[in-house]
Amino acid sequence: MTAAPIPNIRNFSIVAHIDHGKSTLADRLIQLTGGLSEREMTEQVLDSMDIEKERGITIKAQTVRLTYPAKDGQTYILNLMDTPGHVDFAYEVSRSLAACEGSLLVVDASQGVEAQTLANVYHALDANHEIVPVLNKIDLPAAEPERVKEQIEEVIGLDASDAVEISAKTGLGIPDVLEAIVTRLPPPKGDIAAPLKALLVDSWYDAYLGVVVLVRIFDGTLKKGQRVRMIGTNATYEVDRIGAFTPKMTNVEVLGPGEVGFITASIKEVADTRVGDTITDEKKPTLDPLPGFKPAQPVVFCGLFPVDAAQFEDLRAAMGRLRLNDASFSYEMESSAALGFGFRCGFLGLLHLEIIQERLEREFNLDLIATAPSVVYEITMRDGSQIDLHNPADMPDTMQIEEIREPWIRATILTPDEYLGGVLKLCQDRRGNQIDLNYVGKRAMVVYDLPLNEVVFDFYDRLKSISKGYASFDYNITDLRAGDLVKMQILVNEEPVDALSMLVHRTRAESRGRAMCEKLKELIPHHLFKIPIQAAIGGKVIARETISALRKDVTAKCYGGDVSRKRKLLDKQKEGKKRMRQFGKVEIPQEAFIAALKMED
Amino acid sequence: MSEDPGFGVYVHWPFCAAKCPYCDFNSHVRHQPVDEARFASAFAREIDYFGALTPRRTVRSIFLGGGTPSLMKPETVASILDAIARTWPMEANAEITLEANPSSVEAGRFAGYRAAGVNRVSLGVQSFDDGELKRLGRLHNAAEAFEAIRIAQSTFDRSSFDLIYARPGQTPEMWRDELTAALSRAGEHLSLYQLTIEEGTPYQALYDAGKLKMPDEDTARALWDVTQETCAMAGMPAYEISNHARPGAESRHNLLYWRSGEWAGIGPGAHSRIDMMDGRHAFSTELQPEHWAARVEQSGNGVIVDETLDPVEVSDEYLLMGLRLSEGIDIERFEKIAGYRLDPARIRDLEENGLISRPAPGRINVTLEGFPVLDAVVADLAA
Repeated sequence: MTAAPIPNIRNFSIVAHIDHGKSTLADRLIQLTGGLSEREMTEQVLDSMDIEKERGITIKAQTVRLTYPAKDGQTYILNLMDTPGHVDFAYEVSRSLAACEGSLLVVDASQGVEAQTLANVYHALDANHEIVPVLNKIDLPAAEPERVKEQIEEVIGLDASDAVEISAKTGLGIPDVLEAIVTRLPPPKGDIAAPLKALLVDSWYDAYLGVVVLVRIFDGTLKKGQRVRMIGTNATYEVDRIGAFTPKMTNVEVLGPGEVGFITASIKEVADTRVGDTITDEKKPTLDPLPGFKPAQPVVFCGLFPVDAAQFEDLRAAMGRLRLNDASFSYEMESSAALGFGFRCGFLGLLHLEIIQERLEREFNLDLIATAPSVVYEITMRDGSQIDLHNPADMPDTMQIEEIREPWIRATILTPDEYLGGVLKLCQDRRGNQIDLNYVGKRAMVVYDLPLNEVVFDFYDRLKSISKGYASFDYNITDLRAGDLVKMQILVNEEPVDALSMLVHRTRAESRGRAMCEKLKELIPHHLFKIPIQAAIGGKVIARETISALRKDVTAKCYGGDVSRKRKLLDKQKEGKKRMRQFGKVEIPQEAFIAALKMED
Repeated sequence: MSEDPGFGVYVHWPFCAAKCPYCDFNSHVRHQPVDEARFASAFAREIDYFGALTPRRTVRSIFLGGGTPSLMKPETVASILDAIARTWPMEANAEITLEANPSSVEAGRFAGYRAAGVNRVSLGVQSFDDGELKRLGRLHNAAEAFEAIRIAQSTFDRSSFDLIYARPGQTPEMWRDELTAALSRAGEHLSLYQLTIEEGTPYQALYDAGKLKMPDEDTARALWDVTQETCAMAGMPAYEISNHARPGAESRHNLLYWRSGEWAGIGPGAHSRIDMMDGRHAFSTELQPEHWAARVEQSGNGVIVDETLDPVEVSDEYLLMGLRLSEGIDIERFEKIAGYRLDPARIRDLEENGLISRPAPGRINVTLEGFPVLDAVVADLAA
């Protein structure tokens, strides 16, 4: 088998808002080109992880090679790169897009353009993609193709007159999509005679094969047995397996310019591969490597602790396993007076955090407590040194701090008009600056600059509840800005509880502090003495509640000689106390922590 | 001060004329006459069995509880007491209590019980309000209760009666009046229990259906405070969480439980605590009366559980029973049983909060402030 002829290759991705039908369309394309038998076709083939299937999101880049005999009588190789749709994975999106020349822009014909549609289509335009608009769910009674075409033209500035109208669910219009890919998207460019130049698109760990590397060839050829060099890491490997996904892993002899496939090369860990790196021939290297990507930086941090301290080692092992496959997730050991031993973990965003937590709990059967998510603060000290602060507990003495900078985002929110007031209030309350406000059809599009630390704290939940689930939201991290940020501590019976301390903006401290104190008052049981609960900045108390002492707890009933029954009640009480965390003299139930950390304001 | 907690015998008569809706004791209603002779001989056989397990004990007290023991004929009571006296030596003025309902029929038998050897009765009066008595499912009225108390006091040297308070809708003022009236009738001893909703009772079903409004925490505390004040003023302070007596008139049998003494429990569903070579044993017997009798007839005893308690179980029992008493517990005795020391920091904290004190060298007790939160104090010390 020789490399496929370049003019007969099309590399494309699908960009869409969540639930607009990206995965269903991909399944139809695979089905129609015969990549899998009927029996092998399970719903949403590309999303291989359970969580991806459940949430309808893709985390790892995936690829499928489709063989399509077009109407012009020629056979084409279509490489579909499936990209993650969520903002947390913007970095994965950009590297997958870099491996393609065009995109299908899928928009739900009844819902219209959403915040994620915009964010993703801009990524595709940034990657110089040719874009074919596709209107999905055209069979629904609520479909308004003409209105949505107008929207695409108006909001995105794309000519939508030739948009392909389909129903991925029924299969209507799928052949037109395949034709459009061939006729409207450009073939790749590349020189088969030039030295090998390939992009490392992604990599993952496979239990049988070790590290599998997804590559896109730009120039030259890649063969089995070839010695290659990764320019970024300067490591050399011998390619021991080479192939493509049809979507089954299928070995090939050679991959040529424009082609997408995989290699294995006795690479031990995913961390040894750098996404965006250029792979070239060891002896005859390219003189013109690809620009590369900057590695993904965790932006959201939180502590993960086992509910049962005995699970700490299991948690460590589970994190190691997950990290094998997801180098963007970081963790280091942390100990907390409240929660015992655990890990401070870094994530690409809140969704990433939720996914990791859920996988740890589900796949590894762990019971976890997550502390309130926080962002990374950059601190300039009086002595000129710089600190990255991942954990409010590590905040240095205020007297030594020159300036604290916090990450800001630019958020795009689309909402039905009737919820606009609530959405604007939410953004204002969260220290937002309005950048833009206009209408996309009947819906308002609001652009705000917001501090990320206000967003990681239940912003998305609030937005959903304000808009009854109709608002869509997307964001990019833009810059770091100095802010009047203070560390707020929570004191229970005058002892600070480290797991509850947080960095907040001074103007927001009082309301957050009051909410936390009120919540804890509800959650901490009465003790034999009264317990003050305080929120404080430095030594200054900004909010206070008191839990009154227990008034009555005695069984003044008639007991004969049945002491066993009473002893069993005592055993139950003792058992209950074991599940409590001891803070000085106060016992706080584990559930109280979990609830306090989930607090909504 | 070293205590001699003593040895006693409890006998359970498991039958009642009607089941009270709040009661979860092992009591049964029979619509045919109960074969008292059969039960009397079964009691005698089980007394024999426990006698063999407890050599060299002298009986300090006997308690005939139930159920409603005052439904027994005086001859039946006499045969039980004779069986006990044949098995163990008795202390010179052993306390022999019989629980009785304050109905006229039963009061008519008091003289017969006295002749059988009973020297103390404990009357289940529960309330002096006819409406309340009806709601509690009692078969007597207030007038009968007054009369029964009068007969009891003239028949026996010692007597006591029970009241139930913290009833639905009861205010502290109402309870103060009821209790003050009760104290004017009281002799030497009074038990004041709070109504508790027990699993599986008709009251629980009512409560779950929202039809019983139990006092909230603050009201329950106010009712408690009224109880302590009123009784103390009448010269009958609490010597135990829910028991009041003039000094010297405490129930010796109940003290035996609270001081972790030994007792043999005879009859269906009775519990025993007996110290043996390998440790302290907890026995309990078959609950269903006829099945119990059949077991005894077959094998000489109705025991279905015999477990040897471990040191922490024994010390927990000592702690949770002993701290119900105003005299408290002996720290050295506790630590000897438990094999560990009570946490001095916890004792100090509880002392600082005024919840426990040291009534005598080497002892701790729960204060009047601490009694209303006793369960939490005990859990704190035991954890």
